[in-house]
Amino acid sequence: MARALEKYIRPGVKSTPFCPGCGHGILMGCILRAIDELKMDINKMVFVSGIGCAAWIPSPHYDGDTLHTLHGRALAFATGVKLFNPELCVMVVSGDGDLSSIGGNHLIHAARRNIDIKVICANNMIYGMTGGQVASTTPVGARTATTGQGNPYRPFDLSRLVEAAGATYVAKYSVTQPVALIRSIKKAIQHVGFSFIEALSPCPTQYGRRNRIDRPEDMIRDLIERCILEEEARGLTEEERAERIVTGEFLSCQK
Amino acid sequence: MPSKWVKSPFPEGTHYLSGNEAAAEGAIAAGCKFYGGYPITPSSELMERMAVRLKEVGGIFIQMEDEIASISAVIGASWAGAKAMTATAGPGFSLMQEAIGYAAFTETPCVIVDVQRAGPCTGQATRVGSGDIMQAKWGSHGDYQVIALSPWSVQEMYDLTLRAFNLSERYRVPTFVMAEEATAHLRETIRINGREEVWDRKKQKGGSPFGTEEDDGVPPMPAFGEGERLAVTGSTHDAFGFRKTDDPKAHEALVGRINRKILKNTQDIITTESYFIEDSETVVIAYGFTARPSLYVVRRMRKEGRKVGLLRLKTLWPFPGEAVQKATANAQKIFVPEMNLGQVAGEMRKYISCEVIRYNQTNGEVIRPEALEETLRRMG
Repeated sequence: MARALEKYIRPGVKSTPFCPGCGHGILMGCILRAIDELKMDINKMVFVSGIGCAAWIPSPHYDGDTLHTLHGRALAFATGVKLFNPELCVMVVSGDGDLSSIGGNHLIHAARRNIDIKVICANNMIYGMTGGQVASTTPVGARTATTGQGNPYRPFDLSRLVEAAGATYVAKYSVTQPVALIRSIKKAIQHVGFSFIEALSPCPTQYGRRNRIDRPEDMIRDLIERCILEEEARGLTEEERAERIVTGEFLSCQK
Repeated sequence: MPSKWVKSPFPEGTHYLSGNEAAAEGAIAAGCKFYGGYPITPSSELMERMAVRLKEVGGIFIQMEDEIASISAVIGASWAGAKAMTATAGPGFSLMQEAIGYAAFTETPCVIVDVQRAGPCTGQATRVGSGDIMQAKWGSHGDYQVIALSPWSVQEMYDLTLRAFNLSERYRVPTFVMAEEATAHLRETIRINGREEVWDRKKQKGGSPFGTEEDDGVPPMPAFGEGERLAVTGSTHDAFGFRKTDDPKAHEALVGRINRKILKNTQDIITTESYFIEDSETVVIAYGFTARPSLYVVRRMRKEGRKVGLLRLKTLWPFPGEAVQKATANAQKIFVPEMNLGQVAGEMRKYISCEVIRYNQTNGEVIRPEALEETLRRMG
């Protein structure tokens, strides 16, 4: 992480806990860059997270107020914080399993209420911390610790789910698109209403090694090749699209 | 200590309220400014009243998507600086248990009014019971303490809800009002005082929010947005909130302190009420609604010259073991009627060795005085 961003790191915090090749470190930096570029007052920011690798991005690393909550409940805790003190900028940073599986109910209801919470969902498509079990975001056919023969079930399309539930800012980028991702995080922070950014983040330790993408750089390369912008996706056939991950800003409106 | 006398927000004088309504007024009097809840019989009227009253006093009300979300929002609001509460009944109380452990471990003040109904499971939703007493103490995993109070009247639904906030803020601990359906739906005349003593949480700039050398064992609690850059976590943590997940000393110290800070302050927390105990050969020990028929019967038998007395437990957790010991020191017989299968009678075994005669009723109805009288007479 660039020295310029060190001021946002809690004194006493040493190295990050993430595995080599994990995308969460990049995401951690992207969020801080967005905060830095907007010159946000960190004393008025509250970072709420649940349980899982991604929940460790803000806790204890970010030197603002952090609320590291129970598995799945980050959005419900954040709702209480934001409602009682609307002057605080409340950001939830957590993983796909935490936010969309065990916390799925809170996710759709927080989106429905359009409460001004900024959600950064680090999606690595697997349960990383607990040892690589299948998630509600794991692609069909992917091998995990609990789907040795391949995942038989369809994953959530989180961006569409949250959009349908009532969010007013929805975007999806990979950590391999840091410039667009930072721009999007800045927009989410400035947006008034429920903002949701699905940040694709590679998990070589638990996902890659079980799905024959053995080296961390291969996972990064895979994401770089597969992630395309919405505009680029328009000219593609359905077959070609199936191989790609469509990223972009899907929704930005006021309701 | 940060306590002050404030003017009661509800007009001084006598009022005719239901237990649920009175509990809501007690909360408002205590300074409650946040309610997150989910409808459940027989507690819903409390939530409905809070929806109206919080709007009037400039607080925040939100109906969440379930009970887990309700208690989570309450804890979030508490860290944002609010005196916060929810109310629920058995099934909702079960759902809240994990977050109650979070509140205990992160030392987050919050109040839950549990209007007990006939369980287990969905049971009889509109009927009475007191089957949640042990759950209140042991519902979440690990070793922790809570405070649980037991009101027997509409007046106490007001008084003890107010007191629950005071204790919760003072000791930074989840505090429960273990109400029962019968008291929550009962309508009685209550007296509202002009002024009430209200406690606020301690603040100290730059203090350690999760560790203290103070005698009471309660650290100061800043709120989000005050520039303290708090680290709040449900993982084991040091005095400043830093995660310490593999440090045996940190875990022992934290678990020890969150238990000690309650157990060393029992003199302040525990309250009981005695009736004719001094010369009693038979002591009835009761709590909540069941103390009403108990007192009725004790008074009746006293008129006949029978040496019967009543100890009423207004605090259930921490358990008033010493009060039970004192009240029963000269007794020959101890009688414990309960609307469950002997939860408090069992707890008493830790404190007294003489025989405890139980009267247990789990039929969804309150215990009738006739039944108690008959048993007491049979006991001789």
